[in-house]
Amino acid sequence: MINHDKAPDQAEPIDLDERSLYLRRLVIRGLEGGGRGHIGSSLSPIEILRVLYDDILRYRVDEPAWLPRDRLILSKGHGCLAQYALLADKGFFPLATLDSFCQQHSILGGHPEAGQIPGIEVSTGALGHGLPVAVGMALAARIDKRDNKVWVVMGDGETNEGSVWEAALCAGKHRLSRLVAIVDYNKLQSYGPTAEVQDMEPFADKWRAFNFAVTEVDGHDVAALRRLFAAVPLDPGKPTAIICHTVKGKGIPFAEGKAEWHHKAKLPPADIDALYACLGGR
Amino acid sequence: MRRAALDKVHELAQRDRRVLFIGSDLGAGTLAPMRAEFPDRWFMEGIAEANMIGMAAGLAMDGFVPYLNTIAPFFTRRANEQITIDLCLHKLPVRLIASGGGVVYAPLGPTHLAVDDIATMRVLPNMAVVAVADAAEMRRLMDQSLEWPGPLYIRLAKGGDPIVSDPARGFTIGKAIIMRDPGTVLLVTTGVMLGRALAAADLLKGQGISCGILHMHTVKPLDSAALRDYAAGVNLVVTIEEHSLIGGLGGAVAETLMDAEIRPPCLLRLALPDAFADEYGSQDTMLEAFGLVPPQIAAAIRRRLG
Repeated sequence: MINHDKAPDQAEPIDLDERSLYLRRLVIRGLEGGGRGHIGSSLSPIEILRVLYDDILRYRVDEPAWLPRDRLILSKGHGCLAQYALLADKGFFPLATLDSFCQQHSILGGHPEAGQIPGIEVSTGALGHGLPVAVGMALAARIDKRDNKVWVVMGDGETNEGSVWEAALCAGKHRLSRLVAIVDYNKLQSYGPTAEVQDMEPFADKWRAFNFAVTEVDGHDVAALRRLFAAVPLDPGKPTAIICHTVKGKGIPFAEGKAEWHHKAKLPPADIDALYACLGGR
Repeated sequence: MRRAALDKVHELAQRDRRVLFIGSDLGAGTLAPMRAEFPDRWFMEGIAEANMIGMAAGLAMDGFVPYLNTIAPFFTRRANEQITIDLCLHKLPVRLIASGGGVVYAPLGPTHLAVDDIATMRVLPNMAVVAVADAAEMRRLMDQSLEWPGPLYIRLAKGGDPIVSDPARGFTIGKAIIMRDPGTVLLVTTGVMLGRALAAADLLKGQGISCGILHMHTVKPLDSAALRDYAAGVNLVVTIEEHSLIGGLGGAVAETLMDAEIRPPCLLRLALPDAFADEYGSQDTMLEAFGLVPPQIAAAIRRRLG
């Protein structure tokens, strides 16, 4: 079991490589198309989702319901532009679909909907739903003797919800080693710092107390995420919790760590240009 | 009725490997035979209804048909968002077996009364809401529940209720059962109020008032065709339910008749008041306090007929 004594966000900031910049440009493309979006919340989990889709998850683009696939639930549904970027990049739907984000007849809403978007397992948006559903999926895999894993990406603010901890109790009780709870711990919820709105610290200890194997990692360090995700389960008799220390708005210096960039609407073209400029241009 | 429902869950599990059971800290020994036979499809979880619903949704998304049991308001109030989003939005075949429909838990007070459950469940898209009249009818419902395509709310009564349903009249989810052909009056009932309605109709018959009885065991989807057909030509339609006056069977019937532009001279809705109960006692004493025992039902109808 990997365990860091110190939060890795104390380390030197990670430089984003071209793929991370490209995926962020796709997020901005959706934001521009919809004229709105949870930008800060969609930029912090990019490396988490990138590593999962590039290196870890078992799935078939042309057969999204393939039974042995790994399940991924973006429980922080408001960060959907990040998942849409990955799904488009992988070919679940055309890149151009990003331009229709939030528009009347688009498949891509402001929160992801299953059955409408290829590759989306569960409709999320109301917070605290993903982990309970994932518990059910992990139990289903166990009953059916399938070896797929169930990954859930939650926001830090989302873990204020009691249902998260109900599910954590249940996952610990059932020793669901195929279940992986990832927290995009960007330290900012909608109003402001999690430390002020609802401090979750000692966060790792909470998960540990609920019988999870717990580790922490820099959520923008692709190599570290790859190593860690490949090592799951961290304990063969426990579900895994991975606390990913991230930066809200990562990649946009003037948005990083700023609560007012949680969601943006009606950004003028000059601001969109400024966002692209931070990411290597359009 | 609860025993009939849970025994059927076990039987369905024997018939179909997709069936599983989830309870939330239920009484000791609940479904012990199923637990012994299918330990991997029997779950007794903690007092955590939001998780129970989400967990059932995840199992249903991967092909299972979960049957859940807890006390009605702990489904419908506590876990309303999970029922709405996890079950109804995804249209999943999860069955909520809700103990203590209506005022069954009268001695336990307002926290345990399910007097708003029909309203809050029937407003949810894709949800079906069923309240059968007795244990025999429960068995018929449970046989059909396996293949129902979406979420299903099954309202339980107290148990030991007299058998008043008639197997010869069959049972289909969504199809009302005409128990007596309409006369001057049509009584529309759901759940165990069928028994009270039959007794009230007998009283009225002795006084020269003929009452038909339409057993609307499925409040959603409401059998609007049957309602329209049987309501046409009567002088009075009376809804009788163990539920708030707001949003339950009476509301559904009123909406349907108005939408169909069938306006009987009178629609009388007999139900519980829009208030928290301020007494304890028993189901029977509470129904009497709110005018829902057969002589009171008959008297209310006589008054309305003038």
